[in-house]
Amino acid sequence: MSAPKFDFDIAVVGSGPAGLAAAALAASKGASVVLLDEQAEPGGQIYRAVTETPVRDRKVLGPDYWHGAELLGPLRDSGAAHWPGATVWSVARPREDGPDGERSIQIGLSRNGAAAMLIVRHVILATGALERPFPIPGWTLPGVLGAGAAQVLLKTSGLVPSGATVMAGSGPLLWLLAWQYLQAGARIDAILDTTPKQNWRAALPLLPGFLRSPYLAKGMKLMLEVRRKLTVIGNVTALRADGDGALKSVTYTRNGTEHRLPADTLLLHHGVVPNLNLANATGCAQRWDEQQRCWRPTTDAWGATSVEGVSLAGDGAGIGGARAAEEAGRLAALDALHRLGRIGREQRDQLAAPHRAALDRALTGRAFLDTLYTPAEAFRAPADDTIVCRCEEITAGAVREAVRLGCSGPNQAKSFLRCGMGPCQGRLCGPTVTEVIAAERGVSPAEVGYYRLRPPVKPITLAELAALPKTDADIDAVFKH
Amino acid sequence: MTATVSTRPDVIVIGGGLHGCSAALHLSMRGVRVLVLEKDHVARHASGVNAGGVRQLGRHVAEVPLTVASMALWHRIRDLVDDDCGFESHGQIKVAESEAELATSHARVAELTALGFTHEEVVGQDELRALVPAIADHCVGALVSRGDGAAIPFRTTFAFRRKAISLGARFQEGGAVTRLVRKNNLWSVETADGGVYEAPVVVNAAGAWADRIAAQVGEPVPLEVIAPMLMITARVPPFIKPVVGATGRTLSFKQFPNGTVLIGGGLLGRAMRDENRTELDFSQVSVNARTVWDLFPCMRGATIVRSWAGIEARMPDQIPVIGPSGTQPDLYHSFGFSAHGFQLGPIVGRITADLITGGSTDLPIAPFSIGRFAA
Repeated sequence: MSAPKFDFDIAVVGSGPAGLAAAALAASKGASVVLLDEQAEPGGQIYRAVTETPVRDRKVLGPDYWHGAELLGPLRDSGAAHWPGATVWSVARPREDGPDGERSIQIGLSRNGAAAMLIVRHVILATGALERPFPIPGWTLPGVLGAGAAQVLLKTSGLVPSGATVMAGSGPLLWLLAWQYLQAGARIDAILDTTPKQNWRAALPLLPGFLRSPYLAKGMKLMLEVRRKLTVIGNVTALRADGDGALKSVTYTRNGTEHRLPADTLLLHHGVVPNLNLANATGCAQRWDEQQRCWRPTTDAWGATSVEGVSLAGDGAGIGGARAAEEAGRLAALDALHRLGRIGREQRDQLAAPHRAALDRALTGRAFLDTLYTPAEAFRAPADDTIVCRCEEITAGAVREAVRLGCSGPNQAKSFLRCGMGPCQGRLCGPTVTEVIAAERGVSPAEVGYYRLRPPVKPITLAELAALPKTDADIDAVFKH
Repeated sequence: MTATVSTRPDVIVIGGGLHGCSAALHLSMRGVRVLVLEKDHVARHASGVNAGGVRQLGRHVAEVPLTVASMALWHRIRDLVDDDCGFESHGQIKVAESEAELATSHARVAELTALGFTHEEVVGQDELRALVPAIADHCVGALVSRGDGAAIPFRTTFAFRRKAISLGARFQEGGAVTRLVRKNNLWSVETADGGVYEAPVVVNAAGAWADRIAAQVGEPVPLEVIAPMLMITARVPPFIKPVVGATGRTLSFKQFPNGTVLIGGGLLGRAMRDENRTELDFSQVSVNARTVWDLFPCMRGATIVRSWAGIEARMPDQIPVIGPSGTQPDLYHSFGFSAHGFQLGPIVGRITADLITGGSTDLPIAPFSIGRFAA
């Protein structure tokens, strides 16, 4: 069989800031690059719908959002192929059986309802972040959703919640979204801040770094404005969504006293964690990050993973925010060019210098934010009656019971309980299951480990898989656009 | 407890898969002190992730007496391990897609009848459709074994382990066996985590790593490490009870009570046993998907949510190695189940216990002798 016609030097997966910057830079240096993205429009989550949002008033989403548009020109000019609407469901480890023993990596993807395998020589995963699960009693009720999901509705459709709306949780994104809603004129009845009081003590030594952060001024302005205009209730230690078939009210505990607020919409937010499903399923080693309290793929200073030919850039490799992601994307692109023999080591290092400096600047103060906004343990490892795995409706109590029966980690929890076996493959329960098992066993999350994930990382239909093209002509038909 | 108990076991079982756990259980039931050494954790590999078929249907004739005896144990599995292991018996069916394939099925039944076995029968198109209403129109009939079914592999293996422990067996997990030496009529077994264990008798149930144990004692075998692939769908409304295979192509198809559908058929990915890792080959997964597309039109829109492969051992003649070592006294093998050993688990553990405690077994195991590979 001859080599498939549709192959590229580099595939970049995800068109958020890291992916856009990586693809543009790599292609501008002459590599053949394809940017694969599940969405119809570039931007990722942070710059979602930046080319076509119906939110015309620029001040609603803020200047940081509109920076995303500046990444699109360079991508267009670079000559990189951009395939929107392409869902990558598998990245195989490289094999050396290409022509001349060349490295070849097979990417399984679906486009317009047809699946195909694409051959490339290097992959940059720029898969971004996911909202950290925030399981509370009642979080599966209609009317309760992630603040990030709500933000998607705002960006793509200009939609804001109607009726009584409560936001709850902790983290910078919570304040940003509240601010955006304020700008959009939406009703927010209260913000329940669950940031643990004692986090301030832990974060204080890191404050000097944060004071030099480029985000400080912006962040303070935003928070002050939100605090001035909205009811913010701090030191919330317990939270429950109540209702019969739909959300009716939110019950919270503050200073030992229970309170109740009527609510039609509850937006939960607990910070974000790397979306590592694709890297994990590809076999990239990962490690427990104690500061960010999440698993992150192990990478070097260039984003290279433990799998040759696969690198990571942006929040998928550890949360650093949009500007850091953009610079990390450029560093990963330079390293990929070097590994493919397009540029020498010296040239790589030289070209990287300004981006590395910019990355360092962008990460300044991160440790302070990570420490301050570490979610309280009571929320990370919730009470027994709280559902942790939504797909299979497994409670935290069931996970603890399995631990008492000898379940030592998330993978065994799959066998014991089917926990994490549903269509989301642990996206919504993975971090919680790790925390619950670790707490129950009295060991570090690093010791209990994480799910081994399996392709297809995103569900595909049997029909697509059955029709996986075998010949060049078949492949051509899928990829032609 | 203050009584001093000798910590030296009578038997060391290498491998905590279903076969190791079953041997441990049957030995423990007879008062033998057993230690199971498992390099990862119990049911980590083939025993935890296989398709769970409890199948007599279509087995190699050498295995038929064993499979029939094992089936009897499966039908009262709760008596054996205090757990039903998720075993459900709705039959296994091998669909014939042409008259020629149906003729093969008739020949198979004739062969079994001549040997005195009656568990397989041929059914025509109407009966097939009654058993599997969703089957594609072109299918003409099937070979059926009504007493067959499926169970949940991990749960089964854990049930064997739990029962064995309740009878006194010990399990040591997390250290791979690195060395096996025999001196003064005693086996000394060393593990990678620094353990040294002694026992008069050893059982090699090390699955895809069993050839290394055999090689340690000068008994090399041509074991192939394979990675049979499986995939599972999101939940769909219940539509099928029996487990369905095909006569002319490879398939294992069944729906769990929760609505998910498991699709397998022994198509192989790549196994990297030194890394405990497998890699899928989607062109092969696609072949499997195509078979389902052809046989179950109602499944075409189903969503595949996950696919995986376990690490297993296959022997060149596709049947396992069961019985005493050909070169060493007090060493017994139980491995190489060639991607279909799950159903045999209950009986092969009993056979191994028979051999160790009584020197013989009433089941015909000559075809499984390791001697068949001796140079």
